[in-house]
Amino acid sequence: MIDPNLFQLVCFYAFGAVTVAAALAVITLRNSVHAVLALVLTFFSTACIWMLAEAEFLAIALIVVYVGAVMVLFLFVVMMLDIDQEKLREGFVRFLPVGLVVAVVMLVEMLALIGVRVMHAQTMGANPAGDSNTAWLGKALYTQYLLPFEVAALILTVGVIAAVALTLRQRTGTKRQLASEQVAINPRDRVRVVKMAAERPADAAPAPAQESQP
Amino acid sequence: MITLSHFIVLGAILFCIAVAGLFINRKNVIVLLMAIELMLLAVNINFVAFSRFGHDVAGQVFVFFILTVAAAESAIGLAILVLLFRNRSTVNVAEIDSMKG
Amino acid sequence: MALSTSILLIIALAPLAGCLLAGFLGKQIGRAGAHSVTILGLAISCALSFYVLYQLVWGGAANYDQNLYTWFEIGKFNASVGFMVDRLTAMMMVVVTFVSLLVHVYTIGYMHDDPGYQRFFSYISLFTFSMLMLVMANNFLQLFFGWEAVGLVSYLLIGFWYKRPTAIFANLKAFLVNRVGDFGFLLGIAAVLSFLGTLDYATAFAAAPALVGKTLAITQNVQWDAATVICVLLFIGAMGKSAQVPLHVWLPDSMEGPTPISALIHAATMVTAGIFMVARMSPLFELSQSALSFVMVIGATGALFTGLIGIVQNDIKRVIAYSTLSQLGYMTVALGVSAYAGAVFHLMTHAFFKALLFLGAGSVIIAMHHEQDMRYMGGLRKYMPITWITMWIGSLALVAIPFTSGFYSKDAIIEAVGESHRWGAAYAYFCVMAGAFVTATYTFRQMYLTFHGKERFTVVHNHGHHVEHMDDHGHHEQGIMHETPKESPWVVTLPLVLLAIPSLLVGFFTVKPMLFGGWFGPAIHVNEANDVLGEMGHEFHGALAMALHGFWSLPFGLVVLAFAITTYIYLFNTSVAGKLKSALNPFYQMLNHKYWFDAVYYVVFARGGVKLGRMFWRGGDAAVIDGVMIDGTTAMTRRIASGMRRLQSGYLYQYAFAMIIGLILLLGGYWLFGPMLAAQ
Repeated sequence: MIDPNLFQLVCFYAFGAVTVAAALAVITLRNSVHAVLALVLTFFSTACIWMLAEAEFLAIALIVVYVGAVMVLFLFVVMMLDIDQEKLREGFVRFLPVGLVVAVVMLVEMLALIGVRVMHAQTMGANPAGDSNTAWLGKALYTQYLLPFEVAALILTVGVIAAVALTLRQRTGTKRQLASEQVAINPRDRVRVVKMAAERPADAAPAPAQESQP
Repeated sequence: MITLSHFIVLGAILFCIAVAGLFINRKNVIVLLMAIELMLLAVNINFVAFSRFGHDVAGQVFVFFILTVAAAESAIGLAILVLLFRNRSTVNVAEIDSMKG
Repeated sequence: MALSTSILLIIALAPLAGCLLAGFLGKQIGRAGAHSVTILGLAISCALSFYVLYQLVWGGAANYDQNLYTWFEIGKFNASVGFMVDRLTAMMMVVVTFVSLLVHVYTIGYMHDDPGYQRFFSYISLFTFSMLMLVMANNFLQLFFGWEAVGLVSYLLIGFWYKRPTAIFANLKAFLVNRVGDFGFLLGIAAVLSFLGTLDYATAFAAAPALVGKTLAITQNVQWDAATVICVLLFIGAMGKSAQVPLHVWLPDSMEGPTPISALIHAATMVTAGIFMVARMSPLFELSQSALSFVMVIGATGALFTGLIGIVQNDIKRVIAYSTLSQLGYMTVALGVSAYAGAVFHLMTHAFFKALLFLGAGSVIIAMHHEQDMRYMGGLRKYMPITWITMWIGSLALVAIPFTSGFYSKDAIIEAVGESHRWGAAYAYFCVMAGAFVTATYTFRQMYLTFHGKERFTVVHNHGHHVEHMDDHGHHEQGIMHETPKESPWVVTLPLVLLAIPSLLVGFFTVKPMLFGGWFGPAIHVNEANDVLGEMGHEFHGALAMALHGFWSLPFGLVVLAFAITTYIYLFNTSVAGKLKSALNPFYQMLNHKYWFDAVYYVVFARGGVKLGRMFWRGGDAAVIDGVMIDGTTAMTRRIASGMRRLQSGYLYQYAFAMIIGLILLLGGYWLFGPMLAAQ
């Protein structure tokens, strides 16, 4: 039989490698659509890693919410905008070394600070959630963190309104109905009753129309 | 045996890749936004790891909220991007410099 | 019995009241109102001063020393307004008010046509008030107030005709040179306060003996005797105010002012303030032999060398000015040999005959329609007999002919110097003796040129109207008169007569009590060892005997010699003057340029000061403060700002890069210094 821990480790490395590779792909791919798809892959593999850490709810939430909504939105936008690909690659090679150096430096610092070696000793103990990660999360969310939960809902609302308000534009030339205006019409503005003779005399000038009040 | 350090290292690597992506891509605002998402993802990994190894539910709750906020933020960010594209017909970051001093 | 405070206050304040009324209400009360109000104030002051003197001398009143008003108190130091009236002060008060009153009356005639009539009266009353505050003070601070106030009024009066550039130059010169002296004076007062702890006369003089042996540390290694330092500093103030060499340069220039003030201020009263001050401080000066030697040498130098300059002057007032300088030197020499009473006595007699000479010169100037050059006068005795006679009386007193007041005071000084054994006394004796010859020379020369000999002017009668501009010197052509000179009005000649009387008689009656009779009492303090007047007192047998003895003395011989020479030159053989001048030309040039004192002061101090100021302005103020500090900081700020501006490129990725760099630095810092921070 395979040692469960070893299996876990192998899975972890596999998923981790995919994550890193996909992340690299995000920032280096020429085609924006491909980049977004690479990002989707990153999220997927991260979700798998979270599964390994026994955080199932968050893993699924990541896929459903993040990939399913946010990444789709990204794709929409990328495909909607007509982007000139060639010009966007200028300067890529020029700034690569600097970027690499900075990233490496940062990585080293972070790892040194966090104290990787110390953490190497800490192993995954028993699952504090018991069996259900969802229940664990739910219990905390609806009791201790209720207020932030509501605030998060508010933030989403605000986000929706803001996004719509930013991009809404009036298209000229399209006709719309404004019910309030329709109802507020005054008949006097629309109809004018004019009295006219039944027939026109043959040789005389036409009689002037008389106005009469309706 | 998976240890905490594995997760941390992974998170750090992802973060640094995202940071590099921020200023390697001078020409594409969309990649910029995606790099930001990557950063958030790295942070999320760290939170989950600490929550699992530290036996504290707060980490995962926080991830929950980060997800929420990231969603809202990317929605608005993309809205801004769309507007930018409408006005400038380009997503070239190098050409968006009217705020210069 | 005691002197009355109210009387003393009236004496001091009546002239001030006159000044304020004439000054502020001048237009309303008109000319007659202005002169009446000031003369009334002064007459009251003069009468009361005589009364106070009478009370002190014959009425047996005690000396008065009281504080009347406390100005401020700081810690233990109390500054107050008070009067000290003893015989010395009373004598000064009488002299000041008497001469001032006569000058006020004289001014009615002299400034008759001047547009600034009321202003002039206001100023001379103000001067009288200031001088009275000076002599009646009972503490150094009030003395200094009076000192500065007379300096100010002198400035105002010298520049009375302020539209004349020469007058403005002169008044500024007087003020600035006085300032130099005042600086030393102030340092001296500060030293007095520092060493004796008080500025009140009585307390300070009582504490003065404690100064013996005390020193003032100038540097770490150099210690100077405290009493000497104090006295020298105080005397520097006297050098400025009483025009001693080298601070004498302002007095001849002060002749730019109207003649009445030359008489009042620059002959009789203000310039004598320094002499008065040293006499008043005799308890302090007696403690320092070196200071007294210094005083003596300075005075002697002035007595001789300024007199020499007087010989070559052609302006009638300048001759008298240099004569004043010389006589001030005599008074200073007397102070220097510890003959304080002698100096003050000469001060009194000199006040009378010098004021007389100045007022007489003014009378001549009026008659000559403001022509002041003696080379264009001559033979005036026919036209102005009263002026002529009174001026001769004054001149005789000046050259010290026996029986005149001047003789008693001047000869007393010469003898006192002869008796003294102080360092420098021999030099001083030579100077005062030679000075007798010099005095006689320039005096007789002046009298002959002005009143005797041929007339060196012509009278051209003009038809038509011409306006006299009394404030315009030399406006007309020199030597041409539009009408014959005539005697001045009675307001001018009456003061001359009233001054001639004391010039003749005061000396005879007062010499014994003042010089040898301890008249001044505790006001003047002389150490036993230095008491030259006491020595002379042993040989004094009365005023008459002194005068008769005077006919046989060396000074009189010198006077006779000078009389002979000048009479020959100016009455009989005037060409000799020209030949002498060309023969002794270098000597003449030196005298004509006043030993180049003025030139040196002008180039070094005046122009040097201007250059220094300009250098500070351009180099310091404009370049450093404006340029570097003000403009420099703005330029620097602008440069930094424009540099910083480039950080705001507008490019998102650069902003993000900046943030990340910051983050890296923060992490690095935490990595490196984290353990240190955690340890604390």
